[in-house]
Amino acid sequence: MTTATGDRQADADALLSRALGAPGAAAIITDAPEPHPTLMKTFAAMMAREGRVLRRNMIGTFMRTVMQPLLFVFVFTYVLPKIGAAGIFGAGAAAGTTFATVLLPGLMASMLFTQGIMAVTFPLVMEFSWQRTIEDRALAPVPIRVLAIQKIIAGAVQAFIGALIVIPIVLLVHAPGQAPQVNVTNWALLAFILAAGSLLTASLGLLLGTLMDPRKMQMLFAAILLPATMLGCVYYPWSALSSIRWLQVAVLVNPMVYMSEGLRAVLTPQTGHLAMWAILLVLVGGTALLGYLGTKAFTRRVLN
Amino acid sequence: MTQPATQTGKQAPRKQAGDGPPERPAIRTADLRKTYKTSRGDVPAVRGIDLAVGTGEFFGLLGPNGAGKSTTIGMLTTLVVPTGGRAWVAGIDVVADPVGVKRRIGVVTQNNTLDMQLTVAENLEFRSRFFGLGLREAARRAEQLLAAFGLEDRRKAIATDLSGGQAKRLLIARALVHKPDVLFLDEPTAGLDPQTRVNLWDMLRALHDEGQTILLTTHYMEEAEALCDRVAVVDHGEVLASGTIDELKDGAGADTVITVRYEGAVPDGLALRPGLNARPGISKVETEGDQVRVFTRQPDGVLGELVTAGASAGLTVRDAAQLKPSLETVFLNLTGREYRE
Repeated sequence: MTTATGDRQADADALLSRALGAPGAAAIITDAPEPHPTLMKTFAAMMAREGRVLRRNMIGTFMRTVMQPLLFVFVFTYVLPKIGAAGIFGAGAAAGTTFATVLLPGLMASMLFTQGIMAVTFPLVMEFSWQRTIEDRALAPVPIRVLAIQKIIAGAVQAFIGALIVIPIVLLVHAPGQAPQVNVTNWALLAFILAAGSLLTASLGLLLGTLMDPRKMQMLFAAILLPATMLGCVYYPWSALSSIRWLQVAVLVNPMVYMSEGLRAVLTPQTGHLAMWAILLVLVGGTALLGYLGTKAFTRRVLN
Repeated sequence: MTQPATQTGKQAPRKQAGDGPPERPAIRTADLRKTYKTSRGDVPAVRGIDLAVGTGEFFGLLGPNGAGKSTTIGMLTTLVVPTGGRAWVAGIDVVADPVGVKRRIGVVTQNNTLDMQLTVAENLEFRSRFFGLGLREAARRAEQLLAAFGLEDRRKAIATDLSGGQAKRLLIARALVHKPDVLFLDEPTAGLDPQTRVNLWDMLRALHDEGQTILLTTHYMEEAEALCDRVAVVDHGEVLASGTIDELKDGAGADTVITVRYEGAVPDGLALRPGLNARPGISKVETEGDQVRVFTRQPDGVLGELVTAGASAGLTVRDAAQLKPSLETVFLNLTGREYRE
């Protein structure tokens, strides 16, 4: 009996080795390590995976995060002042305020917004379409909502870093006398507003990526990114819109306004800004609402 | 008594017909249902399926495209939420504890769900880490699987650069990283060339022989015959019949099926001619439009009889086919429809 069983086992091993093309391949079942997944381990591994991908696409990531603010700052705070055209900008800011002062919080908010959405929405639309590669991650041993939260956090980290990259660029690139006047008194509030803004845009990115029809991707630029940026108090403080009252009221539906103004309040408070309670209310409330809606929509789309 | 399995390539000791339902079910479903709500109303995809798959079994869900196989596998792997009935995998309720189920299953989806941003080795390493293996352990496990699946040379290739067969091997390797209790394969050989397909069959047999419990869906009759201990024939969201291949053939489809198509519509009563009807072994004769189909255990001479019968009614034979007992004849017998792949 034992011999027969042994022979059969040996035969099976030989077959597996031949079929799988390697000696002792039966070990893939018999000699497998015992897995002990925990929520934290799985979550950490998923974040590590994002890190690996970002590192691999370093050049692309770098271009995406650096080129936009660099070119902006170069043209608006170096080229235009040099050719004497700067006067028309910064008109709404208080007298003596350089355009770079207006631009620093504005561009940081712009980066939060575009990076947060790009980092989450684009990959997600790909994962949901074509081969539906999302199923791979959905089979990891965690609830689907944890996967959604992981995507929000990974996107938020990228948005946060994107916003930080703006700082040295604005501080360094400008014509003589055009330096931004930065005056931070509350570092904790700065960090909080950056974090809340990052989470808000990443949550919005999750919701958009889940609901968006991949064939309408170009709509993302035309209908969301462009209007949000142009009307997001990036290039002018909100207070300067008082001369166009209807617009000043209308832009309040744009979450980006609260990021620009929030950063303006902590980085360059002398420019004048929206009330802090409104900023915090929208950033925190918006994150909670979009995070909830995004996670719910995502879970519903993954599980059908 | 059952006949010995005559299909090729069966290495492991087959379960004997009549063993009855397995004692330790790796998979069990009870009246499992899924109805999709669409703008055009409710579409039932699975209408009450009962399955019991034993530990160590190689089980096949066989049926044409759209039969509800993928929806069933989707419910068992927790990615599709049932609308009725219950299902357990490794003894765990798929609705009550999907995470517990996900820990114990490996899934090879029909589409290529490899992480296209990662290399071949990274696909295995990160999957290992998702399942809680440490960095070093994950790397070792990845190497072990790369060697076993003949992918060492492609270790550093990005997953998008793999051929269809390599991608499928990597998908299977990835599904095995965490030593799953049950391996699910949804149409594993669809779209592969014949040689790759046969290689994959060998690989799956080898895994099964090592004790791996496998549930596979396929719309290829010969795939189910070549691989599975037991099969459930599924169509329109229901199990039509289940059992070992031999049981199925002995039951519904031990008949050879002879189909003759004439140049014109078959008149009533043609098939009832005494010469044909009196033959021994015939279990069923079906007439439909221009064709007659005879189910028989003694096929010799039936074709000639049908030609003669046609001639006497002024009909010439346009086309004739004879199917030996197989899952295809089982399907024909159960549904009255030809098997569509």
